[in-house]
Amino acid sequence: MVIAVASGKGGTGKTTVSVNLAKAFGSAVQLLDCDVEEPNAHIFLNPSVSSEKVVNILVPEVDETRCDGCGECSRFCEYSAIVSFGSKPLVFPEMCHGCGGCARVCPKNAIHEVQKRIGVVKSSEAGNIVLIEGVLDVGVAMAPPLIRAVKSSLNKNLPAILDAPPGTSCPVIATLRDVDFVVLVTEPTPFGLNDLRLAVDMVRQLGIPFGVVINRSGAGDDRVHAYCYEEQIPLLMEIPDDRKIAEAYSRGSLIIEALPEYRGIFKGLINKISELKEQALSK
Amino acid sequence: MKELVVISGKGGTGKTSVAASLAVLAGNSVIADCDVDAADMHLVLAPQIKEHHEFKSGHEAVIDIDKCTGCGVCLANCRFEAVSQHAKIDGARYFKIDPVACEGCGVCVRFCPVQAIDFPERLCGEWMVSETRCGPMVHAKLGVAAENSGKLVSTVRQKAKSIAEDGGYGIVIVDGPPGIGCPVIASLTGTSMALIVTEPTLSGEHDMQRVLSLAKHFRVPAAVCVNKWDLNPEMTASIEEKAKAAGAAVAGRIRYDRAVTQAQIQEKTVVETDAPSAEDIRSIWSYLNL
Ligand code: SF4
Ligand code: SF4
Repeated sequence: MVIAVASGKGGTGKTTVSVNLAKAFGSAVQLLDCDVEEPNAHIFLNPSVSSEKVVNILVPEVDETRCDGCGECSRFCEYSAIVSFGSKPLVFPEMCHGCGGCARVCPKNAIHEVQKRIGVVKSSEAGNIVLIEGVLDVGVAMAPPLIRAVKSSLNKNLPAILDAPPGTSCPVIATLRDVDFVVLVTEPTPFGLNDLRLAVDMVRQLGIPFGVVINRSGAGDDRVHAYCYEEQIPLLMEIPDDRKIAEAYSRGSLIIEALPEYRGIFKGLINKISELKEQALSK
Repeated sequence: MKELVVISGKGGTGKTSVAASLAVLAGNSVIADCDVDAADMHLVLAPQIKEHHEFKSGHEAVIDIDKCTGCGVCLANCRFEAVSQHAKIDGARYFKIDPVACEGCGVCVRFCPVQAIDFPERLCGEWMVSETRCGPMVHAKLGVAAENSGKLVSTVRQKAKSIAEDGGYGIVIVDGPPGIGCPVIASLTGTSMALIVTEPTLSGEHDMQRVLSLAKHFRVPAAVCVNKWDLNPEMTASIEEKAKAAGAAVAGRIRYDRAVTQAQIQEKTVVETDAPSAEDIRSIWSYLNL
């Protein structure tokens, strides 16, 4: 089973839920940190990195001796990543999606593709958890190819938890593709509700079964509860607004280790997800 | 004209609450909500929408099943795993494109031997120009699962800038997106200053360092403020040290304050309430001296 933990906005406790859920699994589980712009799961797990793999995408390189400046490549590129003004084209690798089209349409065969590094995928272990994290290089704009690389390291025979990037745009979609269940984490505040609505629209559009976790429950108002009730969205778990939790988080500690009284609610979350997934399958 | 962008690296550090407060303190500025993926500023600034615009960007490939001969060239050509194989009732195979996975590169369109693939423009969201109690505001809503948030960010920023230029406004306040990827780069490049709002947690520190190196990469001067600093005073001190070492200024500290959520519930910015932390935000504003 592959479970993704996502949220309409960042800082709602998505990583907290992911790492504690992984720990509460008890048995072997994979944790994939797909928040490659700001990967933080490792902070709570202190794993020893055992391997690191560089991830590249292919970008074009122009052979000046063959190029006659016809501009076909630049007309083809949908992202203005290769631009020619009646002369030898300029390549803007940060805009390139690596589709390979320019090299193929060039009538003079003047373009070939070269590897460009975008980040790394690190694998490590911490107790029952195999942590696979993607780390995007600073200054690189393209997260989705790195997320795909993280996901391709997934071992299908073991359960997996995916810590998704915040929001609802391309990196999140790349993460949620082919997952079995989505846990949406939110806060009981007006910002939290607004962002939850966007996230709900997204997972409904993707057709993935999902439920909601309310973090810092009690800190705001009850509009998130009312919304979930009206929309018939299962409420999976509530984490109370407890300063002890904020402090444990600030030190990089796991809730279920620093505050064992919360172990039960994370176990409960696992059971609830399995039940809902079964129901969705039988439908 | 000056452009201040408020970013955070990590989400949920209180960036939007700070940015909205600064807009109120600025008095009369142009506000650009560039957190197009999770725009929240409108919840506290109550914008009156004056203009609506569609945001179209790029294309998406759509296979016409009637023309498709099932040759499979598109499947082999797509580098984004967007093409999948299916069978018609009579058993003949055909191909389909997942609109969510398609990056709109156009390779399949160009190389389909029977021209069975259409390439319509893609509607990715909308952007609005509004009026608020502290000045004009440009904001947007990215469609669900849409790409190109970087381009929408640039559209919002450009519109805000031109409103500022035409109307003689001295300041544009930009609420930037979280992270360090394409939308952040689009909201950061060429601004006068970046205010980085972080929190005293290991994740906050880690992400601040990444976003600081991004600001440095694009040569934007940066100032850091630690929100909820009293949750962990030692960590706050260490974050401020690291910020200075990286060449950033320290703009101030904001205390942990439950009244911030209450302000949100009342649809007000923090500085419009008697929340204790309002004072901290005021002193950051005077430090920035814009
Ligand atoms: S590989 Fe594709 S995206 Fe990159 S420059 Fe060539 S046509 Fe543009
Ligand atoms: S347009 Fe590009 S990304 Fe979209 S299906 Fe065709 S080849 Fe794939």
